[in-house]
Amino acid sequence: MYLQIMEQIRQRIAVGDWAQGQELPSIRTLAVSLRVSVITVKRAYLELESEGVIVTRHGKGSFVAERVALATDLQQQKLDEHLTAAAKLAKLLGLSDEELATRLRRAKRNLGKS
Amino acid sequence: MKTSAFEMRNVRKAFRFFALDDVSLELEPGQIMGFVGPNGAGKSTTLRILMGLVHADGGEVRLLGHPIPRDQRVAKRDIGFVSSDMRLFQQATLSWHMRFVASIYSEWDAAYATLLVRRFNLQPEQTVKNLSTGEHAKAALLLALARRPRLLILDEPTAGLDPVARHEVLAELMEVLRDERRAILFSSHNTVDVERISDRITFIDRGRVVDSSNKEEFLERWRRLQLQLGAGIRLPQSPEIVDLSVDGQFTTLTTDRFTPELATQIQQAGATILEVQRMSLEEIFVANVMRHRKERAQ
Repeated sequence: MYLQIMEQIRQRIAVGDWAQGQELPSIRTLAVSLRVSVITVKRAYLELESEGVIVTRHGKGSFVAERVALATDLQQQKLDEHLTAAAKLAKLLGLSDEELATRLRRAKRNLGKS
Repeated sequence: MKTSAFEMRNVRKAFRFFALDDVSLELEPGQIMGFVGPNGAGKSTTLRILMGLVHADGGEVRLLGHPIPRDQRVAKRDIGFVSSDMRLFQQATLSWHMRFVASIYSEWDAAYATLLVRRFNLQPEQTVKNLSTGEHAKAALLLALARRPRLLILDEPTAGLDPVARHEVLAELMEVLRDERRAILFSSHNTVDVERISDRITFIDRGRVVDSSNKEEFLERWRRLQLQLGAGIRLPQSPEIVDLSVDGQFTTLTTDRFTPELATQIQQAGATILEVQRMSLEEIFVANVMRHRKERAQ
């Protein structure tokens, strides 16, 4: 469950709801508003801290890390996930690498048209 | 040092057909403990001993630091107890009950009570006998909540509630925890409710505490591994392995202490790990109880 909370926090940061350097709600406040246990939110904060997404200053609370790359990181990660999924499908369909690349180029071209 | 919300040390109680055996539990303020067990496991008996309604044969009980049953009068001013077999007065209305409780407890928060009436969709002038099961449960909970007790002891607070009412009740319980000096102990066999809002989880079966720990730790330790074993390969015996069920070439391994080292060990034994799955609290609960029963049978 803490994984879901981490994902929600990352997304709020990625879309800019929570700006860099902004103070995060206290663990207890967020737990109450999400209706999940305090321990779950605490765990999510700890993990996000070790990932460098947030910074916790003792006695002051937790803050969104001052890092520009965060949003792009998340998007890069998303892209990798989609590419992996595409590669799996291509394998199932028996497409060669070249055929897959052609399909990707075509998809990009179609984006340009719309 | 912080005073525990409650504390039980080596508590015993024997009945003719059932015994509570060496129960030790503790809860810090600011936390919610989910108390989970099958029917007849001893959940209600444990809560009754805590409330001084049943006297233990041995062991120590403290509520908010007060020894029970000796100082139960003092302790209970700050404790709200709700159980499903507690009936309100059938002929009286909810607002009569609210005035009644307010006259006994000076801590009664009338504004909060009014807010709860609205949040729980209750009608204060309705007589108790006309309330539905869910409304009755919510009314009883309201009467305890509005006193703002430091410790709430709830026996199956969500039993018999429809999903909407359950949501309302859980939301209100979380609201209590905004104040970090307060604590909640609630029993349930609905593991979904427990998994969502509890900080600590205690499993009880046949009168014994099977496991009690921090919820995240629980969920982190337990894993189910799908393995493929070649012919003639046997997995080493290990205390971390709670259960092995074999289906042809495929084996499902359940562990209560998953570590990367365990995975390596399994691979070194010659097994292929196809998948490592997290388990829901319900699956952990069932696996835990089954293991415990198997151990006791031996």
